[in-house]
Amino acid sequence: MSRITSFLRARPWAWSFIAAAAVWLATVAYTGGQGAGEILTAALSFATFAIIVGLGQMMVISTGPGNVDLSIPATITLSGVVAMKVMDTDSSRMLIGIVAALACALAVGVFNFVLIRLLRIPPIIATLSSSFLVLSTAISYGRGIRIKPPPPLADFATARIAGIPIAAVFVLLITVLIAFALRRTFYGRSVLAVGQNERAAWLAGISVDRTRFITYVLSALLSGVCGIVLSGFSGGAALNMGEDFLLSSIAVVVIGGTSVAGGRASVPGIWGAALFMFLLVTMLNTFGASAGLRFMLTGLIIITVIVLAGGEKESR
Amino acid sequence: MITRSLIRKALPFLSLAIVLLATFIVQPRTMSYFGLNLMMQYAVPIALATIAQMFVITVNDLDLSIGPFVGLVGCISATLLLDNPALGILALLALMACYGAVGALIHLRNLPSIVVTLGLSFVWLGIAVLILPSPGGKAPEWLKAMMAFKMPIVPLPIIAALVIGIVVHLALMQSSYGVVARGAGGNAKAMARAGWSMLNIKVIMYALAGFFGVLSGLSLLGLTTSADAHVADRYTLFSIAGVILGGGEFIGGRVSPLGAVVGALTLALAGSFLIFLKISPDWQIGAQGAILIIVLALRAAVSFGEARS
Repeated sequence: MSRITSFLRARPWAWSFIAAAAVWLATVAYTGGQGAGEILTAALSFATFAIIVGLGQMMVISTGPGNVDLSIPATITLSGVVAMKVMDTDSSRMLIGIVAALACALAVGVFNFVLIRLLRIPPIIATLSSSFLVLSTAISYGRGIRIKPPPPLADFATARIAGIPIAAVFVLLITVLIAFALRRTFYGRSVLAVGQNERAAWLAGISVDRTRFITYVLSALLSGVCGIVLSGFSGGAALNMGEDFLLSSIAVVVIGGTSVAGGRASVPGIWGAALFMFLLVTMLNTFGASAGLRFMLTGLIIITVIVLAGGEKESR
Repeated sequence: MITRSLIRKALPFLSLAIVLLATFIVQPRTMSYFGLNLMMQYAVPIALATIAQMFVITVNDLDLSIGPFVGLVGCISATLLLDNPALGILALLALMACYGAVGALIHLRNLPSIVVTLGLSFVWLGIAVLILPSPGGKAPEWLKAMMAFKMPIVPLPIIAALVIGIVVHLALMQSSYGVVARGAGGNAKAMARAGWSMLNIKVIMYALAGFFGVLSGLSLLGLTTSADAHVADRYTLFSIAGVILGGGEFIGGRVSPLGAVVGALTLALAGSFLIFLKISPDWQIGAQGAILIIVLALRAAVSFGEARS
């Protein structure tokens, strides 16, 4: 027993997988084993999007207390709208569309950093205000009819091999890259160092500004990727397509075991938490819960998980 | 003697004055009792929600659930409070107690407030939707009458918002317990070592946030006269922005109640101003973001000089 607890303590992300598995088992038990595989496939497809933006949010939150990116939903919307409009259902224009969408996302990331660093606006307010501007840009640019994604993009976003969505494999690749960056690269180590103690990191010769700059740009780029794939998945961009990701991007990071105080990131936890969040909704739907009950139970379960997983250890 | 710290303190008021002046210039007809009353209609609920948020920010936490909470209070008041006042009051008191309990939970388990209140926002929304699946209900008559009350000379919303700001300002900035509470945000360890119970402080500050959240919900219902679970979803972000615009900081117990109210009014007024400017509706939110950025950039410029001189 004590071995189990010490295993869990060293791996805060394990909780999210345990929670996801428990919720899945409860669902499957209720249906009598029916649709067990389909539920997992659907969860993987939908969790993919929360995972992409969750990874970016995780990096931002890891750079220290107060750092959070609230512009993710607006960036998703903007890049989705730009991608669809530039591609204009034409498969041969896909590459230009992707480049244009990512360029917009990049610009948002740079703008966020400028607000935070040069104007010294707290990140929450800086990314919030920039998200207002970005959303307005998306609304005014994306006016009018819904444009369908070009077929190759739609195929990429929705195709499955043996029940495993291709998009999920693609996101797994991104995840591995980020995990590698965090553990093995100078940039990744800098993120954690800055998050643990900004001043100590600075004294050790790390450029705090450069680390934060890369991080905010990375988060914006990942939101851009999410926007493109999501528009492919749901048959076009919509002005409210990013809405859900404000809360879910933060929730998957924290439920996944990343420290809100910064300096400790948990990459696998993002997967566990994203799967957990989706499976939870599936379970409540299967049980036939009404919308209100679903909201309420989702909230209560999020709180329960965070209480069980425990908070930050007392620092110093 | 004009010091930088004075400019810094005056900045929220100056911003409000500038936005107000600009509104008057663009649309002179607003410079009347009726015009001001109309523009400032929602000042009271927004100011109250901002004050609620401010209490939580004072102890270095953040409340992401205040918007749905205000919506829930509206739903309860438009149904339960209307049909059975005693039970309704009991329910509202229970909600405040919940807030206090959440403060205790966050402190005892040392939890990140962002996540707990994020989860809480779903709980409030869920209960509200269970009570009122679709918009409806009716505001109690006394509540409508109170919000529609016409003051002589100056419209009620302005007076009420200012009174709220001043009362809370006196309580938090001048009383000895206010100093303790802000000290808890400045250096929790020092306050704990000085013998103050951090648990008590957190519970009281969260319960106060709940209290002002309830007031916000009631006053909003008095204006809208029927309830909707989603009516106040934007209040969460508005209230945070209001506190910061008003000169508050996220950490260190540096807050200003009067500033917070003024900050909230500025944001609310900015919305009307942009409508008068006839900016395309596409750019309404964007312009609000731009106003936030400009005011905060000004403050940064002032504070930067403050640090150097």
